[in-house]
Amino acid sequence: MPSQIVSLVVNGERREFIAAPGATLLACLRESLGLIAAKRGCAQGACGTCTVLVEGRPEASCLVPVETVAGASVRTLEGVTAGGELDEVQSAFIDCFATQCGFCTSGMIMVAEALLERNPDPSEDDVIEAVSGNVCRCTGYRPIVIAIMEAARRRRERAVPR
Amino acid sequence: MAKLRGRGFASVNYPTGMNLGGDPSQALIHATTTGTFVVSLSSVDLGQGIKTIAAQCAAETLGLPMGNVLVDTADTDTGPHCMGTFASRGSHRVGNAVIMAAAEARGVMLEVAAEELEVDAADLETDGSGYIMVRGAQDKRVHVTDLAMAAHFKHGRTISGRGVYLKEPSVPVPETGEMDPDSCQAHACTVAVVEVDDETGVVEVLELFNAYEVGRALNPAMATQQVEGGAWMGVSHALFETTEPYYPLRDHGPRDFSAYLMPGPADIPSQHSVILERPAANGPYGAKGIGEMTANAPIPAIANAIFDACGVRLTSMPFTPESVLRGLDALRMEEPC
Ligand code: FES
Ligand code: FES
Repeated sequence: MPSQIVSLVVNGERREFIAAPGATLLACLRESLGLIAAKRGCAQGACGTCTVLVEGRPEASCLVPVETVAGASVRTLEGVTAGGELDEVQSAFIDCFATQCGFCTSGMIMVAEALLERNPDPSEDDVIEAVSGNVCRCTGYRPIVIAIMEAARRRRERAVPR
Repeated sequence: MAKLRGRGFASVNYPTGMNLGGDPSQALIHATTTGTFVVSLSSVDLGQGIKTIAAQCAAETLGLPMGNVLVDTADTDTGPHCMGTFASRGSHRVGNAVIMAAAEARGVMLEVAAEELEVDAADLETDGSGYIMVRGAQDKRVHVTDLAMAAHFKHGRTISGRGVYLKEPSVPVPETGEMDPDSCQAHACTVAVVEVDDETGVVEVLELFNAYEVGRALNPAMATQQVEGGAWMGVSHALFETTEPYYPLRDHGPRDFSAYLMPGPADIPSQHSVILERPAANGPYGAKGIGEMTANAPIPAIANAIFDACGVRLTSMPFTPESVLRGLDALRMEEPC
């Protein structure tokens, strides 16, 4: 099978690149498009640090052959920082000190973005379930759960028209 | 059949640094043309925060804002020597080396400022916001950005400093075994509250209370997170991490980290932590190391809590449902029918 030109809508922008057969979405984002927020932790779907949103759903991009999502819309952490401003999830991660080495952080934030998109008022159990596929070796998870609850609260407050 | 609740505690003394024929770390600092003080280290930041601590120590000693400090840990091949990130030594060794380097750099900075302002260096002070000024004559001052520029292009000076902290080698006295292996010791105590299901043998840690004497918490938020993240690792050792037992066949055992059991976000206790400060005489601004010790105390505290809950005394980790159930069976055998 020859390499092929694949097109994706990445963070709202149409991008085209050449992909070798079987190349993963993660490899294409990092190597062809220079979007390095998604990290390669385990490369086998177990750690979640490569999580990006494909059509709004969190996916382990290390397991996705890129040709299977050709044409899809993909959102990465780079697309969360719109216009150079941190969004509620990012700033809550900072304020709640929900990151230590930072290796899991990109994946955690993308999972949180997906959760808050479909459920703006999650319970703590909802948050725990959402991040359960993501490994953090540093924080003990508690600050991450607290940060996502805080982000949800901030986003709801912002949504209330004044 | 019931869920039995128990509480246990354990304490730990933990040495800061070690001694394998001498334990040094070095730091070099120099100012760029725009007054950024670059701290060169070979000490690796793997998430424990040594870059932040080094920047804090440098800024505090220089008398400049954190924004004027850049910590560069880029290259262990060409950078000043560091023994490494282990033995809970980073903050202590590197912190001390950075303070020494920054003190020397501050001395040069004040000398150059004295030339620039045509005053005596002994009369100068820093205000922490970037100005070097004459004590008592606040308008006679120069900003570090202008000073660094002048140092390079007018005075021909390098504003720089060298630092090393060396824990000298120590060997045991043959007669007594006495020696001086570490630099100071941090102390901690953890209380664990657990629930033991006497039907399934599953142990759940409900709460952890941590008290840590850390010398001085150079960065209290990071110290607290080290305590709680480390306690999570302790829970992981106590209840989860093993390649056994996966009987009847080893085939079911984990082959890689994706199948190696660790607690996830649903398995975490709520934690309550306090930091106590009794500065160590030889620590950077009094700090001791608390890197490794944070995973220790939770383990015996959980073992003691299991004993308190159901009378089963477990002595090897992890405390799996199987070991709890075997312990309960043994207790029942002892009971008179
Ligand atoms: S790298 Fe994709 S799940 Fe670990
Ligand atoms: S912050 Fe280090 S893995 Fe989560």
